[in-house]
Amino acid sequence: MNKMRESIIMKVHYGTALGAVALVAVHILFRLTQEFSASLQYESVIANYEFLPYALVLELILVLISIHGFNGLRVILLELKQGRGYEKAVTYGCIAAMAAVIAYGSRTIIMAGLGMT
Amino acid sequence: MSTTTKQFSEEESQTTASPSKSIILRISRSNPQADTTKSFMEFKVPYEKWTTVLDAILEVKKHLDHSVGVRYSCRQATCGSCGMVINGKPRLACFTKITELNSSVITVEPMNNFPIIRDLAVSFDRMFSTHKKLKPYIIRDDSEITTKTKEFLQTPEEVEKYIQFSNCIKCGLCNSACPTMATDSSFIGPQALAQAYRYIADNRDKGKDERLKIIDEPHGIWRCHFAGSCSVVCPKGVDPAMGIQLLRGYLLGFRS
Repeated sequence: MNKMRESIIMKVHYGTALGAVALVAVHILFRLTQEFSASLQYESVIANYEFLPYALVLELILVLISIHGFNGLRVILLELKQGRGYEKAVTYGCIAAMAAVIAYGSRTIIMAGLGMT
Repeated sequence: MSTTTKQFSEEESQTTASPSKSIILRISRSNPQADTTKSFMEFKVPYEKWTTVLDAILEVKKHLDHSVGVRYSCRQATCGSCGMVINGKPRLACFTKITELNSSVITVEPMNNFPIIRDLAVSFDRMFSTHKKLKPYIIRDDSEITTKTKEFLQTPEEVEKYIQFSNCIKCGLCNSACPTMATDSSFIGPQALAQAYRYIADNRDKGKDERLKIIDEPHGIWRCHFAGSCSVVCPKGVDPAMGIQLLRGYLLGFRS
C-alpha cells in the first residue's frame, strides 16, 4: 500500500480545522435562538438531536475534530520519539482511536436522534 | 560537572596593549568516546576590542591548554567551521567579538542537536548527508557547456528570488537553534530545507518535483513549527524560516 503523502494529510489537517471552526460557530449561534440556560435543558438538547440538519452539523463537528485532533496527536507523538515500529504504532493507533471516537459519537447522535435514550 | 580555572602569566599574554581588560572564558570539555561526563574549564583571557571568541579560544589553546578541541579554518565567517554556542546562543566564534557580548564571563559550548566529537567540535555528517539528499545542484537535461548560448541568462528579478539562500555556508547554526531538531532526530532541518528552496526557486532548475517529494514526508517540511530561531542565528543573513514557508506554498498549491 502506498503511504499517503504528508502534504495531503496536512491539507486535510488544515481543512478540518477551518471546517470545524465554521461549524462550531454555527453550533454556538444556535444557542442564541433561545435563552442560554434554556438551550441547555434536557428537552432542548434532545430536540437538537432530533432535528436532522442540526444532528448532521453535530456529526460533522465530531468527524472534523476527531480527524484534526488525532492527526495533531500523531504529529506530536512522531516528534517525541522516532523509530520505524514506534511510528507505525502511532499512525495506526491514532487511526484506530479516531475511528473508535467517531463510531461511539455517531452511535450517541443516532440513538439520541431516534429517541433511544 | 566540574570547573577548573587557569590564567595567563604576564609573559604568556600576547595582548599587552591594555592587559587590565580580561574575561573569564568558560570552555565546555567533554569526550564522548572516553566517558559521558561534561565539565567546564575556566580561563582568564586578556582581550582587545578586536579580539574574537575564536581568538580567545586559540590563545587558551596556545598558552594554557593545548588539548581544547575546536574546529576552525578561515577566521572570516566564510568556511562555517567554528559554529558553537556562545553565551547560550549559536554563533560563529570567528564572527563574534568579545566586546559585543557585554559580559565578563563568556561560556562556549558545542552546538546543540549535533553529536559531539570532543569539546567544541561536533560532527557534521548528518547535516551534510541531508544537504546532499536534497540534491543541492541545478538539475536539467541540457548543459551550459554544450548549448550555443553558453550560459542560462537570468534577469535580476529571477536571481533575487533565491540569491540570499545561496549565501549559506553550512555552518549548522540554524540546525543548532531549531527546536524541532532538538526533539525529532529524523527532521530534515532548516539548513537542508532552505537549500531545497534555493534550487527550486532558481528558474534554471528542473528538479522541483524531485525535491518536493523528498521533503514531503513525515519528518520533512511539515514538522517545522515556524519558531524562526534558524533565521535569527544565521550569520550570513539567510532566512531559512521564510524559505520553508515558501516551500510549503508549493506543496499546498499556492505557488507553482
